[in-house]
Amino acid sequence: MLQHSYTHTAMSPSVPLQEMIRAIRSARTQCEERGVIQRECAAIRAQFRQADNGGRSHNLAKLLYVHMLGYPAHFGQMECVRMIASSRYSEKRVGYLGAMMLLDEKQDASLLITNSIKNDLSHSNQYVQSLALCTLACMGSAEMCRDLAPEIDRLLRASNSYIKKKAALCAVHIVRKVHELGELFAPAARSLLSEKNHGVLHGAVVLITELCERSSESLERFRKTVPDLVQIMKGLVISGYSPEHDVAGISDPFLQVRLLRLLRILGRNNETASDAMNDLLAQVATNTDSTKTVGNAVLYETVLTVLDIKSESGLRVLAVNILGRFLLNNDRNIRYIAMTSLQKIVGTDHNAVQRHRGTIVDCLKDQDASVKRRALDLSLALVSASNIRSMMKELLLFLSSCPPELRSQAANGIFTAAERYAPSKRWHIDTILHVLITAGGDVRDETVPNLIQLITNTSELHCYTVHKLYRALLSDISQQSLVQVACWCIGEYGDLLLRGDCQEVEPMQVCEDDVLDALETVLQSHMSSTATRGFALTATMKLSTRITDNVDRIRSIVSIYGSCIDLELQQRAVEYNALFKKYDHMRAAVLERMPVIERNSSGLINGDPTGEPVKEVQPSKVKTEVSLPLPQAADQTCDLLDLLSSSEQQPQSPPAAGSSILTQPLGTDCSAGRDLLDLLGGLEPTPPPTAVTVYEKDGVTLTIVCEKQSDSAMTVTLTGFNSSDCDVSSFTLQAAVPKSVQLHMKAPSGDSLPAGGAAKVTQVVLLNNPNKVNLKMRIRVSYSCRGSTVQETVQVDSFPGL
Amino acid sequence: MMRFLLLFSRQGRLRLQKWFTPMMDREKKKIIRDMTTMVLSRQPRTCNFMQWKDLKIIYKRYASLYFCLAIESQENELLALEVIHRYVELLDKYFGNVCELDIIFNFEKAYFILDEFLMGGEIQETSKQIVNRSIDASDMLQEDDSSEWYEVQLFG
Repeated sequence: MLQHSYTHTAMSPSVPLQEMIRAIRSARTQCEERGVIQRECAAIRAQFRQADNGGRSHNLAKLLYVHMLGYPAHFGQMECVRMIASSRYSEKRVGYLGAMMLLDEKQDASLLITNSIKNDLSHSNQYVQSLALCTLACMGSAEMCRDLAPEIDRLLRASNSYIKKKAALCAVHIVRKVHELGELFAPAARSLLSEKNHGVLHGAVVLITELCERSSESLERFRKTVPDLVQIMKGLVISGYSPEHDVAGISDPFLQVRLLRLLRILGRNNETASDAMNDLLAQVATNTDSTKTVGNAVLYETVLTVLDIKSESGLRVLAVNILGRFLLNNDRNIRYIAMTSLQKIVGTDHNAVQRHRGTIVDCLKDQDASVKRRALDLSLALVSASNIRSMMKELLLFLSSCPPELRSQAANGIFTAAERYAPSKRWHIDTILHVLITAGGDVRDETVPNLIQLITNTSELHCYTVHKLYRALLSDISQQSLVQVACWCIGEYGDLLLRGDCQEVEPMQVCEDDVLDALETVLQSHMSSTATRGFALTATMKLSTRITDNVDRIRSIVSIYGSCIDLELQQRAVEYNALFKKYDHMRAAVLERMPVIERNSSGLINGDPTGEPVKEVQPSKVKTEVSLPLPQAADQTCDLLDLLSSSEQQPQSPPAAGSSILTQPLGTDCSAGRDLLDLLGGLEPTPPPTAVTVYEKDGVTLTIVCEKQSDSAMTVTLTGFNSSDCDVSSFTLQAAVPKSVQLHMKAPSGDSLPAGGAAKVTQVVLLNNPNKVNLKMRIRVSYSCRGSTVQETVQVDSFPGL
Repeated sequence: MMRFLLLFSRQGRLRLQKWFTPMMDREKKKIIRDMTTMVLSRQPRTCNFMQWKDLKIIYKRYASLYFCLAIESQENELLALEVIHRYVELLDKYFGNVCELDIIFNFEKAYFILDEFLMGGEIQETSKQIVNRSIDASDMLQEDDSSEWYEVQLFG
């Protein structure tokens, strides 16, 4: 009788299988391989059809190999079913393996093995039981699970540890498939915690974790096991060397990590449970050897647990410090997970994470792209008002050398940080310029209008800005966003550029030809997009009122582009041409300096409040004329709508309100881009519509905003506010206009104004004044407040913005 | 839980595939393609973790084989590395200085060992010795079982 040594047992080969593998591997081409496989499969098929010939397991194994190479093997499914039902262990073993590889719950054949599994679960030989358990846990369908759950429960309670540990994981699979069955396993799971065998304990902890994650009742119930879990964990940490479970000095790290995870789930949002585990966690955090990966795995899990439960602040600091230490570890895996963890807590434990800012910023220079990405996320999260200057230096450095896939994120992150914490306007503009120069192609579209708005609002830096942008333009015209902003600035502030006297930059003599050369280069370059060329053309045109000597050159540029093949440019050129010829008297006014653009409310606070506030007109009292500098003379260039030529005015009853609601925003819907690219939309610069208060009494106000729609039409938006402390209801408006003016009132947005100004009522009025009579409007306001009715009439004689 | 474990060579040939959740064949093939592409294109000195859809991919190269393990987001990446290492140790103990050829020619044994170590996407046994003993006992059972036939084959 041959004495089986370990190696000998291991080496008993499946000869026919190995021969086939050799044959397949020696095929020199794909075609040859296919041929070999086809032949083999044919042989296997034939063998399957024959009666039991003792070589069945080898045949199925061959088929499984072929399947792993990617070839179809469906015809082996029934063979698996037959093999599982065999009495020979070798056949069962390969049969179950085949079932796990070829069958899944969607195949009909999988139903056929349910019975075999059921029988094998109560087989006298534990290795046969093991096969059944393994297969059930791998591919058991919901139906199978329901069927076999009681059997699994029985095995959980009364079997040896070899089977118990497998039954526990089977139970986990069952609970995942059929959630309600969790109830069934809870009692057995509880009692398994008193086992000594690590395999069983591990399975029990996994099962309990699964139950707690799925049902809050289970969670409550298992919270009582926290002291037991703490005990088990302590045993592992304090106990001496246990050869069976030792990994580099840590006793059963796999079980330790699972215990920590379960403790995390039980301690979350629960003071008592968190208190009970506090000491243990401190002990594990301090005593675990962190020289090898396995120790760090346990430390990592401990840190995650500490940060997720209601731990003491001292323990939290300890945890964050461990992460800080991880950041300095040579192993980049450890650095990577440290940063992912810090990212999760940067919101809640901001100050603790700030302490490690230096290390995090250093990781921006790490070789590994994943580490870099994490470092970028964290660095952006750590920017604050106090560290903005130093952080921005690092971030800009990073931007110039960062991998292309991170540039967009970095650029946008920098913009957001700059907007939030900019210490000065000049710093802000410089930073944005730097980003545009370095990564202009990766920024978002809104950057151009946002930057233009910022520049316009910083009037004290116009000279500085235009100089810097001009220089940037000279060196590189490939970054579209930068070129667009530069062109716009040169067009707007070209006179400042030519004057040449700006203290903050080195003096540079710029003559008109230089500037026009620069713009023409942009216009002609193949790198410039259509939008960019549009910017350049408009800027060139604007310069015609800001320079003195070279206006003819501008005239010729503009007339050349009148026949440009690009429709957008052609249209602009034609219109500008018209401005030179027919409307030359208006050119100066049309092209004059843009007013301050009202800031888009984005809710972000700037370090330095911007320049001019929005121009507010004095609120008018009832029947008083609003004094606005509206030109009276007919030859005024701005006054295209001759609104105030005198004519008779008679009140008219308003027609019925319209049926649809048009809620126009009261403030500016001014995207600078729209204004800039549409300069000749109204043949005059369009200032933002200002709201004028026409009525005010006891906290109830009515404002109007006017917008010209065309030569004779305009919309007037009436908005009612209530800043008093009593509710206003039945708020209605009626309007009257001179006889020849057509009026159409749209339906109001509502009729109640709750106290405190939380809501407002808007109503839009469309007016058409074809005869250009002197426009006036009477508005009757009526509402109920404090039980009494209020009715007032106001007259509006001049309309701002028209 | 773990979602799948793949072993493939440096040329991208698959040596072992274990799926812990049911999936269509087509899906499996796509995942295999994605994993081999992603892992094989990684630079040498990068970390062993990647993010892929909602899973974390842990991979490690041992000689000519890449071990690629996908875990869910709440799992511990460092421990996953230890899981891979433990499996390699088990294979090494069983085959004696395991190499890729061992796994190619005895793939079913590699699966049997895996099935004693992991189950249902979780760790089944944390002791190396117990796993080894179980495999050996099962092998002996298989031997006894088919020895009759085996001898017939040899001598007849």
